[in-house]
Amino acid sequence: MGNDVLVITEHFDGAVADISYEMVGKAKSVAAALGGEAIAVMLGSGMGAAAGSFASDSTVYVDDPALEQFNPEAYGKVIAALMADKAPRLTMVGSTAIGMDLGAWLAAKSDSEFVAYVGDVAADGGDLVISSRLYAGKLTAEVVSGGGSAVVAMLAGSGDAAAGRGETAVSQIGSPVDLSSLKTKFVKLNRPAGGDIDITAEDKLIAVGRGIGSADNIELVQELAEAMGAVVAASRPITDAGWLPKTRQVGKSGVSVKPKLYLMLGISGAPEHLEGMKDAECIIAVNTDPKAPIFNVAHYGTTCDLFEVAEAMLEALG
Amino acid sequence: MKIVVAIKHVPSLADEVELNDEGTNLDFDAIDFALSEWDEQAIEQAVLVKEASGGSVTVVGVDIIEELEKVLHTALAKGADEVAKIVGDFEPPIESRTQAKMLAEAIGAMSPDLVLTGVQAVDDLDGQMGPMLAAMLDMPYVGVVVNVKAAGGTATITKEYPGGVTADFEVQLPLVVGVQAASQPPRYAPVSKIRQMAKTAVIAEIETDDDGAGGPTIRKMAQPVAAGHAEMIDGDSGEVAEKILAILRDKGLV
Ligand SMILES: Cc1cc2nc3c(=O)[nH]c(=O)nc-3n(C[C@H](O)[C@H](O)[C@H](O)COP(=O)(O)OP(=O)(O)OC[C@H]3O[C@@H](n4cnc5c(N)ncnc54)[C@H](O)[C@@H]3O)c2cc1C
Ligand SMILES: Nc1ncnc2c1ncn2[C@@H]1O[C@H](COP(=O)(O)O)[C@@H](O)[C@H]1O
Repeated sequence: MGNDVLVITEHFDGAVADISYEMVGKAKSVAAALGGEAIAVMLGSGMGAAAGSFASDSTVYVDDPALEQFNPEAYGKVIAALMADKAPRLTMVGSTAIGMDLGAWLAAKSDSEFVAYVGDVAADGGDLVISSRLYAGKLTAEVVSGGGSAVVAMLAGSGDAAAGRGETAVSQIGSPVDLSSLKTKFVKLNRPAGGDIDITAEDKLIAVGRGIGSADNIELVQELAEAMGAVVAASRPITDAGWLPKTRQVGKSGVSVKPKLYLMLGISGAPEHLEGMKDAECIIAVNTDPKAPIFNVAHYGTTCDLFEVAEAMLEALG
Repeated sequence: MKIVVAIKHVPSLADEVELNDEGTNLDFDAIDFALSEWDEQAIEQAVLVKEASGGSVTVVGVDIIEELEKVLHTALAKGADEVAKIVGDFEPPIESRTQAKMLAEAIGAMSPDLVLTGVQAVDDLDGQMGPMLAAMLDMPYVGVVVNVKAAGGTATITKEYPGGVTADFEVQLPLVVGVQAASQPPRYAPVSKIRQMAKTAVIAEIETDDDGAGGPTIRKMAQPVAAGHAEMIDGDSGEVAEKILAILRDKGLV
């Protein structure tokens, strides 16, 4: 095993995902401290130019038609082969829809340690010190990885994308493994229908979370939104329950928003939600739990009951 | 079709989280456990596949604190056919990878066509169970899944990407799926039915010699150091509402 850091980058619709640059930036500092190289890895088809956009020490681009769309089996096999070849000390994947399919699988296959929900990695002597945002972000665990190889799933927003952008010559190869007889076949992408309000274009959002309790209670928030000229958005459990359409979901698997006002009613502030709204200009959180993580992110907060606050605001607005 | 759901009993975060004296983990004596929220989705998706395509659903988990029964009774009330718990001389926590090993052994012996599990759990420090189970069982894995259909040796899986985009995959059975959300919200199990299951259910016990110890070296665990804290608005709800509106007026937002 060497001292290199392998970064599994991601792209969608021809564009490199920001988290890839964030990881490359972080990998450079860790690799430098370990005395190794930061190696960016990209898999795809016809993505050679984008593969050159990292500030890595070197970049490997695997080009194969079977890698055009993400396929967990194909990607897993190719990356496992690269890991066996490069024997990195550390491999980074994103804590994303793609990385979550790969990370723990690669770790189990390569007999590496794995740490999920990673906010930071640093080299400390020969050790890696990895901090994981466990228990829905309520606790941070500091894990020490000694001698062996490790795989980490990095949370979006945990590095500086600018530090990972650059120009590095790409070494393009074909697939190191046979991809002709996969059990997993990509069929098609389905894109959202549209038609609903685009919450990313709104200045004022009132976001409801599980604290709202039931579908019927959303009407009150709808009234408040109308009185304020705002639009209702939601956390994931609300759209999963079908109480609001999917298009209203903010966060990791929803959309990212940056409104002037983000008024939150009964949302705890899980990392997956924060990913989509932490850059809003004014965040006001209403949550009865004084320890709710959202209060570390919001600009203003209150522990009053959301129903009482919403009703009082409605009344005051007349 | 033999459908197996691998579940996790995880520390409940409903109450305040307290740390042990060493500050290296939760104080497991002071905390309740609950079914991982994504496993509830996995159970629902399993029952939906069974209802559409026939077969049976078996729900299995590691009985870390000897309180998994209630979860298994609820699973039966929601439509599972069989339930099993892995029992041994355990002391919480049992890290994710160790649970995956125990479960892979138990599930391998069941010869499943389809293994469903929650896409993640709040406590999986050293890995999500789905991909690890797939690696250990040598089956393909697809995670972040919002719909599963299975027929004739093939599953059609819908995986979710950000922004409402999804991708369909066709996968040869057997496979492991990490469920993000079932294709319908999980059904409600009436308390009377759960009680009835508690009286009649047979829970299979799978014994293990593994004491569940081991896992990553945790130097410390702590509440995250907040980069900042919200300015808290005091007063009763009427006063708070007025103050919020004052802030908004000040910014020209109402
Ligand atoms: C792969 C993946 C992707 C995800 N993507 C997203 C995403 O895009 N967006 C997203 O939001 N989540 C996402 N999640 C889910 C995320 O992990 C959390 O489960 C979710 O954000 C929690 O939603 P919540 O805050 O509404 O609910 P909870 O965490 O249950 O919080 C409810 C809050 O309401 C408060 N409350 C209750 N009653 C009241 C009251 N009367 N008045 C005031 N406050 C009250 C409680 O104190 C609590 O803090 C994702 C998860 C995974 C695994
Ligand atoms: N009105 C409420 N007050 C406090 N917590 C709530 C409320 N509504 C939902 N929750 C939280 O959401 C969980 C249940 O959500 P659900 O499955 O949507 O009923 C509970 O465990 C609570 O933590």
